[in-house]
Amino acid sequence: MVTSDTAEPVPADEIKAIPVRHPGRWVAAAIILILGAALAKSLATNHRFEWGVVKHYFFSDQVLRGLVVTLELTALSMAIGIAIGVVLAIMRLSPNPLVSSASWIYIWVFRGTPVLVQILFWGFISALYPSFSLGIPFGPQFVHFSANSLITPFVAGMLALGLNEGAYMAEIVRAGFISVEEGQTEAAQSLGMTRLLTMRRIILPQAMRVIIPPTGNETISMLKTTSLVSVIAVTDLLYSVEIIYARTYQTIPLLIVASLWYLIVTSVLSFGQYYVERYYARGSSRELPDTPLQRLRRNLRIRHEYS
Amino acid sequence: MSAPMVKAERVQKSFGRLHVLKGVSLEVAPGEVVCMIGPSGSGKSTFLRCINHLEKIDAGRLWVDGELVGYRQVGDKLYEQRDADICRDRAEIGMVFQRFNLFGHMTALENVIEAPVHVKKVRKREAGEQARALLARVGLADKVDSYPAQLSGGQQQRVAIARALAMKPKLMLFDEPTSALDPELVGEVLDVMKGLALDFKTTMIVVTHEMGFAREAADRVLMMDDGRIIEEGTPQHFFDDPREERTKQFLSAIL
Repeated sequence: MVTSDTAEPVPADEIKAIPVRHPGRWVAAAIILILGAALAKSLATNHRFEWGVVKHYFFSDQVLRGLVVTLELTALSMAIGIAIGVVLAIMRLSPNPLVSSASWIYIWVFRGTPVLVQILFWGFISALYPSFSLGIPFGPQFVHFSANSLITPFVAGMLALGLNEGAYMAEIVRAGFISVEEGQTEAAQSLGMTRLLTMRRIILPQAMRVIIPPTGNETISMLKTTSLVSVIAVTDLLYSVEIIYARTYQTIPLLIVASLWYLIVTSVLSFGQYYVERYYARGSSRELPDTPLQRLRRNLRIRHEYS
Repeated sequence: MSAPMVKAERVQKSFGRLHVLKGVSLEVAPGEVVCMIGPSGSGKSTFLRCINHLEKIDAGRLWVDGELVGYRQVGDKLYEQRDADICRDRAEIGMVFQRFNLFGHMTALENVIEAPVHVKKVRKREAGEQARALLARVGLADKVDSYPAQLSGGQQQRVAIARALAMKPKLMLFDEPTSALDPELVGEVLDVMKGLALDFKTTMIVVTHEMGFAREAADRVLMMDDGRIIEEGTPQHFFDDPREERTKQFLSAIL
C-alpha cells in the first residue's frame, strides 16, 4: 500500500497556506521606487532637458530624413553582411585549403580592425584608388568611374558597415551549420539529394534556428553602429541632429531626440525578432510558445474569469 | 538465378589506420532479405554505408543492380563518378538509420514528399497522395501533420521507412533500425519491415540483432566479425547449430 489507512483522509479542497514572508524583496522594491521617483522628478523639473525643444524637433523633416537614412543604412549593411557571411561560412567549410583560408583571412582583417577606422578608410577611398574601371584583369578596360562619383559618403558607409558585418555574420552562420546533426546530411544524401539541395532544403532552414537570435542582436547593434558614419558626413539620424544643434546650441534636447528614435526602432526590431524566431522554431519543440498578443488575451481571460 | 541486386567482391575499407572491412564478398538476389549480425565494430554498418556510397571503398568492387558503385569503368580504367551520377544512384536505394534522421523542420508528410518532389520532380499533389498512402501503410495515417519531435521513436522510424519507400527504391538498407527504440516500440517497426519483406518482396539488407525478425522474415543470415563475413546460412541454421565458436558466443550473448 502506498497510502496509510490509519491517518485521517486528506481533505480534497484547495490548499490555503500562509505564504513565506520576503522582507528583503520589500526593501529592494522600496529602494527602486525611491530612485525612480527621484529620476522622474529630475526629468520633470530640470528645465535643461528642454522637453519643448525635444517635442519641436521630434517630427521635424530634417530628423525624419536622417532617420530614413539610418534605416536604409541598417537594412542595406545587414543585407550585405548576411550575404557575405553565408558565402564566407560555406567557404570556411570547404575542403579546398586555399578557399577556407581566404575566408579565415577576411574574418581576421575585418574583425581585427575597428569599424570606425574601416569607415574612415572607405570615406577616403579616393585617396587610395582615384578611379575604378570594369574590364578584364590585366587586360583591356571597358568602363571608368571616378571614385568620388561612385563611392558617395552613403555608399562608403554602407560598404564599410556591410563588409565589417560580414566577418561577424560568417561566424554566426558557421555556428548554425555545425549545429545541424550530421545525420540530417546523410539522410538527405541517401535520398539522392545533391549537396546544394541538401544545403538549401535541409541544413539552412534548421541552421536558421541558431542563426536568427544572434542576427537579431547584430541588426539592433548595427542600427546603433550606423551612427559612426557621421564622421564621413553621411546625414544619418545622429549627423542630422548634430547639424541642427551646431546651429541652435540645443545639444541635450536634440541628442534626446536621436536617442528616443533609436530606442523606438530598437523596440520594433526586438518585437519583429520574436516572431521570426517563432517561425523558425517550428518542429523543434512540441508546442510553439504563445505570442505576446496571445499571452495578453489569455491573461485577460483569466482575470475576467476570476472577477 | 537472375543477376544479383548487390554483389561485393573483396571489399575493403579503412578509416585512417583502422582497418574496418577486410575483404567482404557477398551476393544478394533480387527479392532476397538478408540479415547481418555481429558484434559492434565488426563493420556491418560500414559495409551497409558503402553500398550507397556514403563511404568510399578502398579496394575490391561493389555493384548494385549490375552497376559499379561510385565508379565508371571504361575499358580497364576506373573513373570516379560525378556527384550528379552518385546522387542518381543513391535515389534508387532506400536507407533507414538507427537514429531515424527525420528532417526536424518538416512534418511527417513533408519528410516523405521531400525527395520525390525535389529529386524526382514528381508533382507535389501526386507526391502528397502517394505519401499519405505510404504513411497509412506504416500505420500513421493520423500523424501526417505531426513534426518528428511530436512522435515517439517507433513512429519516427516508421515515417523514416515511408520516406525511403517514397522513392520506390529497388533496394532497402536498414542500419540497426530498432536499436535506438524503447523495447515496447520495437515490435511496431519490425511489423512494418516484415510486411515489406513478405508482402512486397522488397530486396532488403538489414543490420540487426533481432533474431526473431531474422527467423520470420530473412532468407539468409550473415555473421560478421572483425571486418569479415565468418558464417552464413538460413536463420534456422543459426538457431540450431551455428558452426563457428565466435558465432555461438555472440548468439548466446544476444538471445
